[in-house]
Amino acid sequence: MVENGIGASLRRKEDNRFLTGKGNYTDDINRPGQTHAYLLRSPHAHATINSINISAANSAPGVVAVFVGQDLLDDAVGGLVCGASVTGKGGEVNKAPPRNVLTIDKARFVGDPIAVVIAETLAQAKDGAELIAVDYTELPSVVSTSGADQPGAPQLHEECPDNVALDWELGDKAAVDAAFASAAKTASVRLINNRMVTNPMEPRAAVGEYNSGTDEITLYVTSQNPHVHRLVMSAFMNIAPEHKFRVVAPDVGGGFGSKIFTYNEEAICAWAAKKINRPVKWTADRSEAFLCDAHGRDHVSTAEMAMDADGKFLAMRVSSQANMGAYLQLFSIAIPTLFHGFLLAGQYTTPAIYLEMRSVMTNTAPVDAARGAGRPEATYLLERLVDVAALEMGLDPAEIRRRNFIKAEQMPYQTPVVQCYDSGDYDASLDKALANADYDGFAARRAEAKGRGKLRGIGLSAYIEACGVAPSAAVGSLGVGVGLWESAQVRFNPTGGVTVFTGTHSHGQGHETAFAQLVTERLGVPVENVEVVHGDTDKGQFGMGTYGSRSLPVGGVAIANACDKIIAKGKKIAAHCLEAAEDDIDFAEGNFTVAGTDKTMNIAEVAFTAYVPHNYPEGVEPGLDEIAFFDPLNFSFPAGTHVCEVEVDPDTGTLEIVNYTAVDDFGVLVNPMIVEGQVHGGLAHGIGQALLEGCVYDDDSGQLITGSFQDYCMPRADNLPSFNVDYSPTIPIHNPLGVKGCGEAGAIAAPPAVINAIVNALGIKHLDMPATPEKVWRAAQAAG
Amino acid sequence: MPTVSMTVNGKSVSGEVEARTLLVQFLRENLNLTGTHVGCDTSQCGACVVHVNGDSMKSCTMLAVQANGADVTTIEGLAKGGEMHPMQQAFQDNHGLQCGFCTPGMVMSAIDLVAKNPNPDEATIRSELEGNICRCTGYHNIVKAVQQAAKTMGG
Repeated sequence: MVENGIGASLRRKEDNRFLTGKGNYTDDINRPGQTHAYLLRSPHAHATINSINISAANSAPGVVAVFVGQDLLDDAVGGLVCGASVTGKGGEVNKAPPRNVLTIDKARFVGDPIAVVIAETLAQAKDGAELIAVDYTELPSVVSTSGADQPGAPQLHEECPDNVALDWELGDKAAVDAAFASAAKTASVRLINNRMVTNPMEPRAAVGEYNSGTDEITLYVTSQNPHVHRLVMSAFMNIAPEHKFRVVAPDVGGGFGSKIFTYNEEAICAWAAKKINRPVKWTADRSEAFLCDAHGRDHVSTAEMAMDADGKFLAMRVSSQANMGAYLQLFSIAIPTLFHGFLLAGQYTTPAIYLEMRSVMTNTAPVDAARGAGRPEATYLLERLVDVAALEMGLDPAEIRRRNFIKAEQMPYQTPVVQCYDSGDYDASLDKALANADYDGFAARRAEAKGRGKLRGIGLSAYIEACGVAPSAAVGSLGVGVGLWESAQVRFNPTGGVTVFTGTHSHGQGHETAFAQLVTERLGVPVENVEVVHGDTDKGQFGMGTYGSRSLPVGGVAIANACDKIIAKGKKIAAHCLEAAEDDIDFAEGNFTVAGTDKTMNIAEVAFTAYVPHNYPEGVEPGLDEIAFFDPLNFSFPAGTHVCEVEVDPDTGTLEIVNYTAVDDFGVLVNPMIVEGQVHGGLAHGIGQALLEGCVYDDDSGQLITGSFQDYCMPRADNLPSFNVDYSPTIPIHNPLGVKGCGEAGAIAAPPAVINAIVNALGIKHLDMPATPEKVWRAAQAAG
Repeated sequence: MPTVSMTVNGKSVSGEVEARTLLVQFLRENLNLTGTHVGCDTSQCGACVVHVNGDSMKSCTMLAVQANGADVTTIEGLAKGGEMHPMQQAFQDNHGLQCGFCTPGMVMSAIDLVAKNPNPDEATIRSELEGNICRCTGYHNIVKAVQQAAKTMGG
């Protein structure tokens, strides 16, 4: 048994620097001769730009340069791109309206950048921006998801008639319609998946620097995927060729999806640094983050279920509309389609499913992946619909789920919506969750609460997600423009320490610890002798970054495979040194041993020999340093059941989550302490969406109403309970480490569990998120 | 430009600042104490909390000149002789941090909380930390960390 290997709740290696103020975030970086960039943004949701006069700004004190969109075009800087193309109805690929780094013709949302002022100080840059005169002609705007494609709606892009970017469908419509025609019972619900502002606590930032001696650009940036940032800015934006472009994502203060994408400001810092031959720094303030970071969710859907007389699901039909915002961001078009539709089977055997999804453009910030990315929307819709179905059938919500679950013995299970689940025992996780939540005792607790004037409710959510993103061939065939393999390099240094380069990026997930544990488990090297390096395109090999709960299921396997290459080479070296046949060498817990003898050589000795190869096997290269790339064969499918119990005060509409129970199947846990923390954080995100968070634009003016932490309700310590977290693991057949990913589960599972509990407490059919006290109070009053 | 002088982490410092310079800017930009973070622009998130004359204070909400003559402690000033403060240690032991961005402010607030409430219950901890937003942890482990630290700090 290796100490501090897989399964150890090892304290995190990265904590010391974060706890002592020695983290190195992008805004902590200052370069000699640095200038500061400030972006002038449109105050209007929709306006024609007639002219931009920068002459006064150009001569303002401290101003170094002012640039508008045409300046970047003149330098052949390309626009921002959507890296996925999805084929819709009639074989029509989604529209991809162009987006300049600084918009030239029109402003399409409040915050759309028009010009950048670069000055000696940030204050001077801001003062300079005040002097830019922009002549706008205001246009009517549309912000509403359901209103964007209505007749007479203001039009954003001539490429998108009726503001429709894509009409997409999935499944067998005829089979679904036939099942509905003959169903004994049907259930239906119309629901809104509220728009969220992702809000990692660190605002986005970038520092660009140019070395005229080597003609190289370095960009420090808040990124979840620095290699992808470099690729996009090289291949599509023409900032610099990849081999002359270094992108560094140092410590990053949370991402949750919003730091996957390439943004205007980052490209500007990289480009302008060369243009003015001085470092250029930009840091968003929170108001800019609200205006301009990619938002998440924002669907309006109608979902229907057809059932037989026993409540067995026969077919599901969904009609949905997704708000893309003013421009398509890097993966926007893939989220409500591929990452949403493919999960609509959930944990159930529903034989026929049909989804119509229309993606529309509006005068709002772009919408893209946010923690869960499409899967929370699918789960919310499905798990709400299942509760409505239970209501229609007069069945207990747990019972209707059991009747429709895919059974463990049916694995692997091909759903009617593309995905083939490889493992899972949904009855087991439901049973454990019900036991842990004392589901059987709920009636007594409800009665007791009623005596105190409180309405108590309980809600379930049996969720599934597709993680370990993703098999390259599969996503390629669906229109995603990149491969989604992962890479690792495991390098022994001559004195026995190990440096691990991963293509993933850690921005809170604790990779420096968990990945070191993997190496310790595999190679038997003490965990303190393993250093994990990520986030610098000049240090590590190409990698795809971190999102979609992929780092351990994909990146972790790459690390394990690189370790195995180290072991294979080490066996040759040890066999030579121990004067034995290679086949007779066993490797365990860091030692190469001649089978059946006590002749042994530690891996650190083997590493030293590899670098000082005086007595060395013929034909073997010196050095002990191996790279592995891993492309998964399937997604992974974390799943589980969550149970939420609430108490509502009908007189005030306030509510308390009195118990929250999670039972998740993540397969093998490498560091259970970190996994539990990921669950907690996901739950806060999901409960935030259910109760508190909602991004609101004014319907008339298109102004962002929830533009600060004073207006947009983030979950705070006193909004949340402590959580009851447990596991019900099954082992995935496709993942060599047996891991599934855990970073998004809470955000996916929690919203329907919470709303199902509130609806249960109030005795109503549905309530839209966020369930604010006002909404709950009105519903409680109406329900009597 | 006005000159300000103060004690920061036990050292006397002074510098010229614009009158509008915030304390957090003075700490980060003049003194290069970048452990104190800025997470918002409306005094909501608490990433910038430091101690001013022993009280927790949002350093984005105070001008540098207002701290003239004050005794300021930042996250960099907590560890003594290579030993983390009990609150820092409790955050590590209980996995009370993930990305680390809110952490300095959270730790500084938590120390003040325990100083003023030596035996806080869960509800008190949650209520007192309402001015510090964390997006990563869901607060569960932060509450546990504060409970552990309250025990070790108390005795």
